[in-house]
Amino acid sequence: MGGGSSPCASCKLLRRRCAKDCIFAPYFPPDDPHKFAIVHKVFGASNVSKMLQELPVHQRGDAVNSLVYEANARMRDPVYGCVGAISYLQNQVSQLQMQLAVAQAEILCIQMQQEQSPAAMVGLPPPPQDEKSSLLLATNNFNNLQQCFGFASTSSNVMQDPLKRESLWT
Amino acid sequence: MNSGRCAACKHLRRRCPSDCVFSPYFPANNPRRFAYVHKIYGASNVGKILKDLPVNRQAEAADSLYYEAYCRIKDPVYGCVGLITILHQQIYNAQCQLARIQAEIAALGTQSQSEVQQYQQVENVGPSFLPDQNGVPNSTSYYDLSTWFD
Repeated sequence: MGGGSSPCASCKLLRRRCAKDCIFAPYFPPDDPHKFAIVHKVFGASNVSKMLQELPVHQRGDAVNSLVYEANARMRDPVYGCVGAISYLQNQVSQLQMQLAVAQAEILCIQMQQEQSPAAMVGLPPPPQDEKSSLLLATNNFNNLQQCFGFASTSSNVMQDPLKRESLWT
Repeated sequence: MNSGRCAACKHLRRRCPSDCVFSPYFPANNPRRFAYVHKIYGASNVGKILKDLPVNRQAEAADSLYYEAYCRIKDPVYGCVGLITILHQQIYNAQCQLARIQAEIAALGTQSQSEVQQYQQVENVGPSFLPDQNGVPNSTSYYDLSTWFD
């Protein structure tokens, strides 16, 4: 950026002649002085120059962008900088993984229910483990079956076989 | 005094004053910690960042500066921004997968509901048409027997 061209943002800020092979010039144009200002404030021009010199030319653009990102993060949050964002994102990943695990368990449960007997299709719960709830469940199951077969409800202690319905009408 | 210097003052080869801003966070037994931070930020910038913070936040700031410096040394191009990019990608992938599974759950729920309804419809109609052993059609209270005699 030497000759008649305008000096780059870094050389303007550092108040020095902008050489033709200025290492900053390709990445800190004069129309965006804030970009270099913030990088200089956090890292220092000398450190940025050393970092860029250690990189191949085709990677320097990405390096500058990441340095600007980090510098901005540090200005916004002087205590945690980028680490604050990393912590927040890691937390989000953990929460999503938990939600995924729950959803996967739910889908397995549904698939297992659908693979069971037709009674499972009417949403009947699995067999209970104690006597009281088994009596209640039997009553509920019977009522559900009646609804499915279109019978009017009868006393709960009478189990009706659909194939023997004729006896009701004889 | 030499034996009492913090890692920063040892590295910088200077006297370590009693109110040295680095000494609580860069102990002499961990010289690498300050070396990393110094390489990336420079001692002067680190000192300014720490001094601008209240004392009770300086330790966390020193830790985060060390973490970022470590990431930058490991990955000179992207530093810890590379990790942020990876995390964003992981979040996006997890959200897509979650949306896909939730859609499957919704579809399975709809399918099972419609199967139940079809099952119920068949059973509602069934008793009305199935004859008994003598060929006499069964009926329920809501079925019109008159249609059998048309």
